[in-house]
Amino acid sequence: MPEITFLVNGKSTVVEVSGDTPLLWVLRDTLNLTGTKYGCGIAQCGACTVHIDGQVQRSCVYPVSAVAGKNVTTIEGLSENRTHPLQEAWIAEQVPQCGYCQSGQIMTAAGFLKSNQHPTPDDVDKAMSNNICRCGTAQRIRAAILRAAAAMNGAPGQGQSKATGGEL
Amino acid sequence: MTTTSKPQVSRRTLLKSAVTAGAALVVGFEVPQIAKADPAKAAVNPFRAWVRIDRAGQVTLISARSEMGQGISSALPMILAEELGVDWKDVRVEQALTDPTLYGDQGTGGSGSVAGSWTPLRQAGAAARVMLIGAAAERWKVSPADCTVRNGYVHHQSDKIAYGDLVESASKRPIPDLATVPLKSPRDFQIVGKPMPRKDIPLKTDGSAQFGIDVRLPGMLYAVVERCPVFGGKVKSFDATKAKALPGVRDVFEIPAVPEGVHSWGGVAVVANTTWTAMQARKQLRIDWDYGPHATESSESLRRQFRRIVDSPCKVVFNTGDADAAISGSPAEKKVEADYELPFQAHATMEPMNCTVHVKPDGAEVWAPAQGPDWVNGVVAQATGLTPDKVKVHTTYMGGGFGRRYQADFAVEAAQIGKKMTGTPVQLVWSREDDMTHDFYRPASYHRVSGAIDSQGNILAWKHRSTSTSIADWWDRKSPPESSELGCTLQMPYIAKNYKLEYLPAQSGVPRAWWRSVEASSIGFVMESYMDELAHAAGADPYEFRIAKLGDGRKIGNPLNPKDTALEADRMKGVLKLAASKAGWGSPLAAGQGRGIACHFSFNSYAANVAEVTVSQGAVKVNRIVSAVDIGIAVNPEGVRAQVESAIVYGLTAALKSQITIQDGRAVESNFNKFPTLAMNETPRLEVYIVPSEVAPTGIGEPGLPPVAPAVMNAIFAATGKRIRRLPVIPSDLV
Repeated sequence: MPEITFLVNGKSTVVEVSGDTPLLWVLRDTLNLTGTKYGCGIAQCGACTVHIDGQVQRSCVYPVSAVAGKNVTTIEGLSENRTHPLQEAWIAEQVPQCGYCQSGQIMTAAGFLKSNQHPTPDDVDKAMSNNICRCGTAQRIRAAILRAAAAMNGAPGQGQSKATGGEL
Repeated sequence: MTTTSKPQVSRRTLLKSAVTAGAALVVGFEVPQIAKADPAKAAVNPFRAWVRIDRAGQVTLISARSEMGQGISSALPMILAEELGVDWKDVRVEQALTDPTLYGDQGTGGSGSVAGSWTPLRQAGAAARVMLIGAAAERWKVSPADCTVRNGYVHHQSDKIAYGDLVESASKRPIPDLATVPLKSPRDFQIVGKPMPRKDIPLKTDGSAQFGIDVRLPGMLYAVVERCPVFGGKVKSFDATKAKALPGVRDVFEIPAVPEGVHSWGGVAVVANTTWTAMQARKQLRIDWDYGPHATESSESLRRQFRRIVDSPCKVVFNTGDADAAISGSPAEKKVEADYELPFQAHATMEPMNCTVHVKPDGAEVWAPAQGPDWVNGVVAQATGLTPDKVKVHTTYMGGGFGRRYQADFAVEAAQIGKKMTGTPVQLVWSREDDMTHDFYRPASYHRVSGAIDSQGNILAWKHRSTSTSIADWWDRKSPPESSELGCTLQMPYIAKNYKLEYLPAQSGVPRAWWRSVEASSIGFVMESYMDELAHAAGADPYEFRIAKLGDGRKIGNPLNPKDTALEADRMKGVLKLAASKAGWGSPLAAGQGRGIACHFSFNSYAANVAEVTVSQGAVKVNRIVSAVDIGIAVNPEGVRAQVESAIVYGLTAALKSQITIQDGRAVESNFNKFPTLAMNETPRLEVYIVPSEVAPTGIGEPGLPPVAPAVMNAIFAATGKRIRRLPVIPSDLV
């Protein structure tokens, strides 16, 4: 087995696995980074989305040999203590239900907001329509992305959280 | 000795140590004498294990039902917190271990968790409150009646004591009689009825929520199973030479089918050091299958069978008046007959089936994303030859349930593999293809509805003859096949002078079971589509027609099951009126657009939808769905809205996009490329309104779904004059 070296969430990582192993399974089974999810294995659902050198990629079809020397960011590395504006917006909009697809949704959205700082709802729809959520959270995801974009642009007052009855 | 620092510690150990050490740090723990003296009473005593308060005042509330996205792990503790008198933000929530002696039935389904737990959890929270007040009153030497509670403190005039300072004395006090313990008036609720933030949501934004498939144990191996692609087939022989030669593969062996009760298929298991290795080795297996008796079944053969069945009279299940005579005596222009068809549907939870098992000679530990963890306990015990008390089941977060995770097939397979690998923890993972082609599907069904209206627009006759791949027929041959298939047709909400139900099951080898809203997902479509057809035949507005036919003050029981909760027609009118008013029913729409309405009663809850659609060039776009629900008290209104949004989207996928078709005895669609789901750019604007109520809550995981498809199809009719009677909609139906 060859040794493959790459950065995961800023840490240098060496794995010894067959080079054709999809990055997804290296993250989950070799590195125990289980926040990145297996949903379909054929790049259809987006649950496995990570960033590789800043680009949004589907790790279930991305051979680990191709990440040698690259920088991989997973949901665990998106922020310290859930402080990314998307994570805060996800909580404010009470987006997740089962939550299984949400790592991939957030990573897809994070990549999208890097390329489009002032998205319209239609822009969001286009960017997110290849991520599947069986709980039907699309409306809340859209609202959360627009909320996060506004926050990242320093817009004051993001409106009330959906859960106005209390704080966590 | 504190109890909250080790959330994973065994409940039994904890109980034992608390008692032997003589230290009662925990409010609401089991009192062993009660259990010994009266096991039956102990079994229903909810007070023993729901509330835990440590000396530092940390309140931990236990949720004993499975969290699959429906928000139950917050909704149930909210009920406890309300009566206990604590601030929601200070509360921790912990998932219960599976323990029928402590928690009774932990099965999570039928939209029943809140409805079933409402009173017991209020009583448990109130009992703890009474004991805390009692302890404080004793310390102050005042009357308990003069004490109040607020945000984790007992108050008396200007004095207050934190719960943490009271637990030791409180837990030595007698447990109040649960039947008479004073409960708060709904008007005084501070938590219930308020949109509270769910405790699990932050964990679902950073990857830290642990789903079943995320369980990682030292030395754990991964397993996959190759099952016969044809339903009911089995292994004749197999050659694992090539599979075993792959580096990382630890073992390959056959596991038997468990047909009775569980319906696991058996197959060839591959155990390896990673999921991917196991999946790769599986491709190297050479298996000779016996395809069994269903290898020629197809969706088309099933459809021919369906039509043959409904072309002749079927078994009369219910009959009032003489529908046949009323129809044959009506003029042609007053008669309406229509056939409706629904296909198999997969659950397609985002997290495929999986289960982790660590079998040892003297016991087993299981990590199961399961809606029926108590069932898992039993089947794992059976498969491993252990007694149920030696099997400990942890319920993990689950990536969707929708009824699929009420099954135990995946747990049995994991137990069979775990037993062979005794001593080593093993995680069984189903691929997406396994999950979609070996589901227990929503039944396919075919319905012929005929009827007539009189000259005043009254429903003179309504006759519903149907057939389906019955769930009861598949699971429980002791129950009549129609017992799982008729749903609200047995509680006909509308006034129909002559009403007749006929049913016969179809023969099929396709496995089927409970899919979100079960038979209501089909019955709602049929009844509400047909109601729309009658309204148009009568020249009436579909909304006004429904309101009129619901009458006034009517309560409709189930004639075959008199114990079922009666349908209250006025509550149905309430949701119809609310949805219609919020949607602007009757206001003009642009050309090519249409508006449809539908309502349904299921799981003792009421839901109505108004859909707005645009149809152009053979494509339908749903622009907006306005939903109104009446579920009694909405414990967490924001959670309720989320569940209705979810049911709408799930229902839209089934109405517009997905289906499972059968060819050569197997499921054709095996992944999301063939089983499309509603994407964000297809998701309509969703608005959910809740009828204010002070009656006890009913469920909402499922009831939002049945009125989705008919509202949309009725809107398509309004826009185009095309009546869609077969789901999902296909473009050629629209042109």
